[in-house]
Amino acid sequence: MGLLLNEDEVMMRDMAEGFFADKAPTAQLRKLRDTKDETGFDRGLWGEMAEMGFAGVLIDEDHGGNGMGYMAAGLIAEQIGKNLSATPFLSTAVLAATALSKGGSEAQKSHWLPKIADGSTIMALAIDEGGKHNPRKTAASAVKSGNGFKISGSKAMVSDGHVADQIIVVARTSGEVGDPSGLSLFMVDPKADGVTVERTIMADSRNSARIELNNVEVDGDAVLGDVESGDAVVEAVLKAGRAALSAELLGSGQEAFDQTLTYLKERKQFGTIIGEFQALKHRAAHMYGEIEVARSAVLAALTALDDDDANADLYVSMAKAKLGKTAKHISVEGIQLHGGVGMTDEYDIGLFSKRIRVAQEMFGDANFQLDKVATTMKF
Amino acid sequence: MSDLETFRAETRAWLEANCPAEMRTPMSGDDDACWGGRNFVFQSEAQKLWLERCAAKGFTAPAWEKKYGGAGLSRAQEQVLRKEMDRINARPPLSSFGVWMLGPALLKFGSEEQKLKYLPPITRGEVRWCQGYSEPGAGSDLASLQTKAEDKGDHYLVNGQKVWTSYADKADWIFCLVRTDNTGSKHHGISFLLFDMETPGVEAKPIKLISGKSPFCETFLTDVKVPKRNLVNEEGQGWNIAKYLLTHEREMIGETGGVRPVSEMAADIAGLEDGKLADPILRGDIAQAEVDDWAFKMTMGRMLSEAKAGASLGAKSSMLKYYGTELNKRRYELLMDVAGGDGLEWEGERSNDGRLAKSWMRTKGNSIEGGTSEVMLNIVAKRVLEMPGA
Repeated sequence: MGLLLNEDEVMMRDMAEGFFADKAPTAQLRKLRDTKDETGFDRGLWGEMAEMGFAGVLIDEDHGGNGMGYMAAGLIAEQIGKNLSATPFLSTAVLAATALSKGGSEAQKSHWLPKIADGSTIMALAIDEGGKHNPRKTAASAVKSGNGFKISGSKAMVSDGHVADQIIVVARTSGEVGDPSGLSLFMVDPKADGVTVERTIMADSRNSARIELNNVEVDGDAVLGDVESGDAVVEAVLKAGRAALSAELLGSGQEAFDQTLTYLKERKQFGTIIGEFQALKHRAAHMYGEIEVARSAVLAALTALDDDDANADLYVSMAKAKLGKTAKHISVEGIQLHGGVGMTDEYDIGLFSKRIRVAQEMFGDANFQLDKVATTMKF
Repeated sequence: MSDLETFRAETRAWLEANCPAEMRTPMSGDDDACWGGRNFVFQSEAQKLWLERCAAKGFTAPAWEKKYGGAGLSRAQEQVLRKEMDRINARPPLSSFGVWMLGPALLKFGSEEQKLKYLPPITRGEVRWCQGYSEPGAGSDLASLQTKAEDKGDHYLVNGQKVWTSYADKADWIFCLVRTDNTGSKHHGISFLLFDMETPGVEAKPIKLISGKSPFCETFLTDVKVPKRNLVNEEGQGWNIAKYLLTHEREMIGETGGVRPVSEMAADIAGLEDGKLADPILRGDIAQAEVDDWAFKMTMGRMLSEAKAGASLGAKSSMLKYYGTELNKRRYELLMDVAGGDGLEWEGERSNDGRLAKSWMRTKGNSIEGGTSEVMLNIVAKRVLEMPGA
């Protein structure tokens, strides 16, 4: 496997590179943070992303997208990570688009997918319930009621949950808490009776929400797919989300490393550029090795997803584990090697550390993924 | 069918028909490899047959031109051949410093006469080569080497000592770095000589290692006469050739392919409880090693493809060497953790004469030979990251 990009992908990468550096650099995130922006991202930017085809990258042409696939989605996520751009790309263009594409009925697809691709609808995935990602511990339940369901439960870490037009809720339709199966996905209107949404601003100045569902009534056609096949859809959505987060962590980790390296080449102490000290050189060279190896993991995972490789799930977990560790290592080293200025809000390295902390946690940190890797590899 | 697919089909059929069954089982170490050479004793008829068949087909050095004993394959065809061999677990027909190191050096820097003389016997496994680089006072700082070659008209007179010469006691010929000029900077004045290990004045003494094995020698050179036609390229070009070759060597040492996954070995040795290794911390460490191993293999593939697409691997090979060797050391530390006391047996049949323990000790050299990890990090910092200073 050569892991080289094809012509379309190179074009997509170049386009995304210019777009996010120009339209959504860290300065924009700072502005959203400092003005306590209610949306938490720029809706105008999201509209432009839709025009560029970014929002429809995982949606097929019949439903208004361009269907370029996971590698292309990863290249976009990498640039988002590099610039710390606040956008609903993950929640809407990756998670919701995958949930609908893989699990939705034709009616659901033709109703919602074009609205995702054209940027008019924001969606969020509500799956986690506690501080740590663990789908099998899902306690939220959907109980049959008439020709529909009643959903109750508490959800946390719902990205863009406070502005979503639709929330895709993962709830248990069979089995006990702790069972690996028995989950289904439901389209829930956040304005419906019994839904309470609390915005939670996170360490990375990005949006999340806690969502309470108290006997929320939904119709039978609110299920994505059917209740028997819900687990497969949940797996597909998580796989896509973990891959996109790995790509985002690659962008953030690479940029945090590049900024640290630049600083090492500029800062003078003891009458010399500190990058001349061997102790610092070795730490930088080690990080270079780790980020290069991590990059291959991301590319291989995205390729496997596009190829529908039988090992795609394993490779995605491997990539998320590798990126979780590597990006975190770089963010820790990044602040240390910046010295005092690394502790100031003025320098971006702290912003990267915060976002990396959040992204490595989402949908399973490195320990979660390593456990999954070991189980999949049967040891 | 595309040309490449035709080649794949033909190669698959040829391998099926010609690779003996005994050569389709995993090797358990260097001892199982076919090294060739004047004094090599084949372990089996199958090993000999496999070498002869591959050599006749040019498959011991598939990318070399046919006139040099190769098969003249393109990069893409070479990859197909490698994949098809992997598919049936075919062993490499020949392990050879001649193929891996001297060949690339001669192809780039040698004369046509030298290529025609030295390359074909290498591909047939008839001449085994060793590498004379390090000296007692020139390890990581290789360019400070002192072995002297004096110009005596039609020949050089070589005096000095080499160390860490791999398998010098078993090799037929040596490619050797010598100093032909002492006046300029240390990188200048180094030349690249080839000579027969049976030349009077050459003496190789094995060094016993912490693994109990002796894959390396001290090589003493006393008034060794080397004909001038055995100089590769020009006097003073030795450092350029050595640097070029070290890049090859680093890529090779960094390679970890063909070894069983540590998780599989761990499951065999320690056994599973409810499908899991009983020790959760060890299980996590092994999972991390599997992740790194996989990601590293992907990186080797990616960087080599990028190099093929026009970019040069250059100093990046130092990163691969650093990462791959450190990873291999980690893998064996984990295996020793898994095996516990059983893995500590050094002698006797039960432990296959301490195979695991000795391999574990051997891996400690991975991050020293061919440039230490610390030197690799220096090179990455300077050449790849362009950090200031020496």
